[in-house]
Amino acid sequence: MLNKYPLWKYLLLGFIVLFTLVYAAPNLYGEDPAVQVSATRGAKVELSTLDKVQDILKQTNISPKSTILEDGQILVRLTSSEDQLLASEAIRANIGDGFVTALNLAAATPGWLEAIGGGPLKLGLDLRGGVHFLMEVDMDEAISKEQDQLVQDLRSELREQKIRYRGIEKASTQTGVIVRFTSQDILDDAVDYLKPLNPGYSFAEKETGGTFYLTVSMTDEKLKSAKNDALEQNLGILRNRVNELGVAEPLVQRQGEDRIVVELPGIQDTARAKEILGATATLEFHAVDSDTDVSDALAGRIPASSALYKERDGLPVVVKKKIILTGNHIVDAQSGADEYGRAQVNISLDSQGGSKMSRFTKDNIGKPMATLFIEYLPTGKKKANGKAETEKRIEVANVATIQAQLGRSFRITGLDNTAEAHNLALLLRAGALTAPIQIVEERTIGPSLGQQNIDNGMKAMIYGLLAVVIFMLIYYRKFGVVANAALILNLVMIVGFMSLIPGATLTLPGIAGIVLTIGMAVDANVLIFERIREELKAGKSVQRSINEGYSNALSTIADANITTFITAVILFAVGTGPVKGFAVTLAIGILTSMFTSIFGTRAIVNAVWGGRNDIKKLSI
Amino acid sequence: MFEIIKTKQTIGFMKFANPATWLSLILVILSVVTLSINWLNWGLDFTGGTLIEVGFEQPANLENVRTTLADAEFPDAVVQHFGSSHEVMVRLAPREGVKGQVIGNQVLDALTNADFGNVDMRRIEFVGPNVGDELAENGGIAIIIALVCIMLYVSMRFEWRLAMGSVLALAHDIIITLGIFSLFQIEFDLTVLAALLAVVGYSLNDTIVVFDRIRENFRLLASDTPSDIVDKSLTQTLSRTIITSGTTILTLVSLFVVGGELIHGFATALLIGIFVGTYSSIYVASALAIKLGISRDHMIPEVVEKEGADQDAIM
Repeated sequence: MLNKYPLWKYLLLGFIVLFTLVYAAPNLYGEDPAVQVSATRGAKVELSTLDKVQDILKQTNISPKSTILEDGQILVRLTSSEDQLLASEAIRANIGDGFVTALNLAAATPGWLEAIGGGPLKLGLDLRGGVHFLMEVDMDEAISKEQDQLVQDLRSELREQKIRYRGIEKASTQTGVIVRFTSQDILDDAVDYLKPLNPGYSFAEKETGGTFYLTVSMTDEKLKSAKNDALEQNLGILRNRVNELGVAEPLVQRQGEDRIVVELPGIQDTARAKEILGATATLEFHAVDSDTDVSDALAGRIPASSALYKERDGLPVVVKKKIILTGNHIVDAQSGADEYGRAQVNISLDSQGGSKMSRFTKDNIGKPMATLFIEYLPTGKKKANGKAETEKRIEVANVATIQAQLGRSFRITGLDNTAEAHNLALLLRAGALTAPIQIVEERTIGPSLGQQNIDNGMKAMIYGLLAVVIFMLIYYRKFGVVANAALILNLVMIVGFMSLIPGATLTLPGIAGIVLTIGMAVDANVLIFERIREELKAGKSVQRSINEGYSNALSTIADANITTFITAVILFAVGTGPVKGFAVTLAIGILTSMFTSIFGTRAIVNAVWGGRNDIKKLSI
Repeated sequence: MFEIIKTKQTIGFMKFANPATWLSLILVILSVVTLSINWLNWGLDFTGGTLIEVGFEQPANLENVRTTLADAEFPDAVVQHFGSSHEVMVRLAPREGVKGQVIGNQVLDALTNADFGNVDMRRIEFVGPNVGDELAENGGIAIIIALVCIMLYVSMRFEWRLAMGSVLALAHDIIITLGIFSLFQIEFDLTVLAALLAVVGYSLNDTIVVFDRIRENFRLLASDTPSDIVDKSLTQTLSRTIITSGTTILTLVSLFVVGGELIHGFATALLIGIFVGTYSSIYVASALAIKLGISRDHMIPEVVEKEGADQDAIM
């Protein structure tokens, strides 16, 4: 018998090899140092911006490789990293407000490769440096706010319809509100009126000792959607905040029910990033309660509708609990200086916020209004459900006298300095959060460590590969050459697929996974070759031994690899970040190694030895 | 032909089955004992807290770093060299009432402002306390799910006695690897967890190769006793077992030596796991299958033909 492959199998193999070679190729071209210019809220990158950038570069005597406007961003490719720093500084200084510049590494992939979707491997943060944050949304607080809103809504709805209730308060169950009535008739009226107005809520009635209770609670669906809204809102806000930071290729992604992953590659100043991302501040405007004496309030005599807070310097202020406006109505905020050179923040509201503000200020000109700055600080303790507990710290950021009927834009003055005004404006601009959020995990990798990780990983890979290649050569001689060819093709295929698959990123454990794959990938060939040796020893002909060696080893190889693949899938499902990267490379490595070590080596073996009946000995 | 194993005779592996069982039992018990006493040296991923790695221009004097940090109100900081004398790792336990995420920057500031020359920030990690608990839980669940899936697959493809043998062998490998990590208090972080699952995959690979041969020999050699068949199968696969372990160990040693500090735990766990896993696929998985009474009848009826035997081979 002869071992021959039909032509189509060689064509198929050739096609697959070519395909992965093409997609692995972008990794050979490296990356250009680049500066990325993007717009923050309110501004837009246009052709004129591009002209301006080119002018700035000309004036600073920097000749860029290219400047292009793409996806609302300008990408300036440069020839060296010195130029990159100079260009970045020059652009930042001259481009004007509304734009941010970020340092970036842009793949130097040729256009034709890019056109067919080619690009270099995406490196994880542990290899390129940067910050990884895992943030958790405080859902209890989000639900509690929903409850507050419901209390206000029900109250005004009942008042409008002139249905008399005795009291209304939040239920202790966290999801509902209890309204008390004096008779069943009034309660029935209330239910009839409220039910169609409040879809998503369930109504339950109870009577004890002549008081009729109506419990309005969120349905499970409503609860779920409220939580989802809170998360989505945070996601949106974080995206805006990240944009404010001017980072190239940031990632803001939902993880599970109440967490958000933020990855900022290349960020060096982590403190600032954290200040802006991590500050879980909301802003509320309240009326100052001028009728209550501050000393009475300090002694504890304070009306139920008011509360006592302090300014930053400790000055107590009695503030009405009713919220005029919350921070999520803020559209824009800019820091600046007033006519006396003092720091101030100019605020614009959305139309709903504007009309609320206008309605309130119309009747309150000349009265003071307080801006409450509410921060959520982790106490370090845990709640019963295992979530981190946050402490609500309320500070009166500012008390200003309402000078006129305010509309959609107004300003807060009297801030300490321009830096504070700037930060406050940035926070306001990014919007204020309805549910507090806090960083539960942070990983910052400095750029030098990232490069070192790459170098170490590559070294380990090369030494490991060399050791295995030499061993296979000595042990299996010519068949060892075949196995080594398969091993190197396997590496190319892993790189090609990893570059092609959009979600796959290379991490340090991922490199370790590839190194491990090198060691384990030869297993299939060892199994096959050992089997061929056995068949030869059993006295079978060369061609028969090759054929049976391959076919007998096949099911063993399949079984062994499927089980390893199962563990890779599980690892992917439960792992996070770098470990996921390990699982991805492991899984891809298993698939490609099966292909190269079975199909690939057989093709070579058939071509070299398979077509001849005159061979009496194999170099195996 | 260059061969590692030249013997034509069958090696009597199963003669040593009983002593090997005792050895395994003792190792597992010792591992459980050290785990119950020392537990594991959990890494930051699991304990929560803050870790800062910095690089100095000159070799760093740890005492000075400690004093600097103590002055900056971090008297509990664990300070040690990491990789070389220029690199220093500072680890802090989670703190009550302080924003964990600002500690990293405070430590960095303290070191930068002190008289150490240029300080290069290499890595800051902060993990909230409950995140770590979840990770440990998920990791444990992952290993259990992996074992169950593997047991199902092996029962389906082979037989429940073999499945039992292979899963117990895997548990044996994991427990002993954990035992060694506990005994030497090697830091157990997320990459080690990943390595453990890779050990599961690798060790199973080994076991399956042996089982496949056992199944084949049960069909071919009708008259031999199960114990003889296992011996023959192990002998036939021995050179493959040694070569594959060898090449894998070669790459892991390379990873261990030049892969850098961050990947040390990973390489260590795999190296231990592969030694133990190679041993266990011979003496735990196969020996257990015999003890559970594996016989020819279990191998013949269900498995009618080999996968792919009826079709024109693609290879």
